[in-house]
Amino acid sequence: MADVKQQVRDYIIENFLFGDTSTQFSDEDSFMEKGILDSTGILEVITFLEESYGIKIEDDELVPENLDSINNIASFISRKKN
Amino acid sequence: MCGIAGIYNFQSNKSVKLDQIQHMVSSLNHRGPDECGFLIDRNFGMGMSRLSIIDLSGGSQPLHNEDRSIWIVFNGEIFNYIELRQELEFKGHHFYTHSDTEAIVHCYEEYGVDFVKYLNGQFAISIWDVKKKKLILARDRVGIRPLFYSLLNNNSIFFASEMKAIFAEGTINPEIDEIGIAQIFTYWVNIPPVTSFKNVNELPAGHVLICNHKGTEIKPYWDMQFPANGGFDKRQKAEIIDELKDQINKAIALRLRADVPVAAYLSGGIDSSIISTLVKRNHNNNLTTFSVAFKDKDYDERTYQEQMVAHLGTNHHMCEVDAHDIAEAFIDVVWYAEKPMMRTAPAPLFALSKLVRDNNIKVVLTGEGADEIFGGYNIFKESLVRRFWSRQPDSEWRPLLLSRLYPYILKDARHLNTFWQGFFKKGLKQTHLPYYSHLIRWDNTSKTRVFFNNSIKHHYNTVAEHQDLNQYFDADIKNMAPLNQAQYIESKLFMTGYLLSSQGDRMMMGNSVEGRFPFLDHQVIEFASKISPHLKVNGLNEKYILKEAYKDILPEGIIYRSKQPYRAPILSSFLSDKTPELIKELLRPQAIKQYGYFNYNSVDKLLRKGKNISAKNDMAVAALVSVQLLHYHYIERFGDHDFRLAEKQTVINLN
Repeated sequence: MADVKQQVRDYIIENFLFGDTSTQFSDEDSFMEKGILDSTGILEVITFLEESYGIKIEDDELVPENLDSINNIASFISRKKN
Repeated sequence: MCGIAGIYNFQSNKSVKLDQIQHMVSSLNHRGPDECGFLIDRNFGMGMSRLSIIDLSGGSQPLHNEDRSIWIVFNGEIFNYIELRQELEFKGHHFYTHSDTEAIVHCYEEYGVDFVKYLNGQFAISIWDVKKKKLILARDRVGIRPLFYSLLNNNSIFFASEMKAIFAEGTINPEIDEIGIAQIFTYWVNIPPVTSFKNVNELPAGHVLICNHKGTEIKPYWDMQFPANGGFDKRQKAEIIDELKDQINKAIALRLRADVPVAAYLSGGIDSSIISTLVKRNHNNNLTTFSVAFKDKDYDERTYQEQMVAHLGTNHHMCEVDAHDIAEAFIDVVWYAEKPMMRTAPAPLFALSKLVRDNNIKVVLTGEGADEIFGGYNIFKESLVRRFWSRQPDSEWRPLLLSRLYPYILKDARHLNTFWQGFFKKGLKQTHLPYYSHLIRWDNTSKTRVFFNNSIKHHYNTVAEHQDLNQYFDADIKNMAPLNQAQYIESKLFMTGYLLSSQGDRMMMGNSVEGRFPFLDHQVIEFASKISPHLKVNGLNEKYILKEAYKDILPEGIIYRSKQPYRAPILSSFLSDKTPELIKELLRPQAIKQYGYFNYNSVDKLLRKGKNISAKNDMAVAALVSVQLLHYHYIERFGDHDFRLAEKQTVINLN
């Protein structure tokens, strides 16, 4: 779990904050409300998750409850893997 | 139309030399290539480059009053000069030309500094009062014409239509101001008096600057004002529409006053269609119109333009631009605009004004201002939808109204709607804040700060508290109706700081063309400010009252079309094989590192994404290219620019 959170965080910082670590966001923060991602950004995140964790995300799973924060992604991934 | 410049050593006897003013004016030749004129009076000097439009032979400047104790140079037009002249002659003033310029001199004589309240026009004025040793600088109400100044050691003032003229004199060197850059990366514009250069200030629109041996004083004389809640125009809609038509007709008639032909822009939108239709019907059956079309059809509006041309039967000229043309033009755009920008949209308008000039036209009417004063922009509707949603934040259907505003954003991601709601939910309930309508946009724009060097990032924090804005805005904004707050912010920032300058005056004057804007007649603005918000944005129908007024004279396909924001491509212009060599050069690691405004590692990560850069970050690319170009033009290569004076020169020496 902790691993997934760190991996996703690193990915977000590298790809959407362009390495800038001065933007603070917690595991709870909504990417959209924080302005870290836009909708094309979410599409990139989905591709990243599918490739990194060997899962397939269905259309009806594309909701903020599954994807719009580090915590939401981590629990979503763990549900999918089980 | 012209460029003006001058120097006043107001606390010393140091004389101003003719060649100082000539150097300044030589950098403004594009604003007025027809002739130039200078006035030297010991420790004061001013000059101008002129584009002749009214009183072609007699309107040379500087001009003076009866006893030569008041002198003027000015950039712009005073549209009510005929009426002013009659009033002033009635009061005993004698005129020696037929120009609008002379009316200003006598108006100042008659009313003192209040003269500016009598002018209907677009202007940057410099008056030299010989007896009082007093300089008065004045700028029009909404900032159609630019005016900048520098105070040197608190004893000299340098002023000019464009900042390059101040630098061309040689005493003040161009240095890029990091606070100015941080502002643009948040608000898209500089907040007057801050500019993108250190030691140079912008005289805010609707202000005068008075300078004598005691020092300088800056005073407002006009601002957009909206009635306190409930105080709107209570007449029936039909009566309001009647007055609206009268006001627009008057504004157009005044703006057709010129001793050269006046043409019009036809963008394909409602506003310029209204203007062209009224001119063609009421004034000039041989109207010439101009438009710009895009090769990339995502941005192109030519079908609407062609529809209007067919409807009106104008003598129409069109130029088509592609991504490469835009990148090429952008190099000059930054030189003329004198600030970084988040968009490439000024570039096609630079190409368009060249087309106008190539057809020997000097003056065009355009539809600028209608969106601000009659409520046309999506950001107005967005703010109203968010207020509506904020009353029931858990409602599932209220936020869906947003997708009606932004179909072009949602078209590729229909199943991701719920994520967009998250974006718009930020600060949803903070409806009490006067800047509510714009906070999301500013916050989103400021995300580009990740690309800055640490020093500019640090300035961002100061900017984010909106202190500059609080000083620049009327404190009364707190009491305005929500739509009026958004209109006020949009007009004072984006319209004045970008639309009328980077995308307006500078792009037209770069090719010696003058724009005139009937919707920005101050009497039209004052009338429109009193119209109730629900007649401007009716439900989600923008510019409702304007459309109601003119639906009978425009084709249905124009009046009921969906509004398309005017934009131009960014990534395909700057990140392709065909990108001009200079821009490629300025984006290379060495140039990014050498100029030092950006964090190289972040920029590198961005540019490596190439064409996959998201919509959110394409403005960062425009900003990056424009900052690099600004440094290139002003810091590295300022001396390489070709400055010259018109052959026809007038020099007046009062020494």
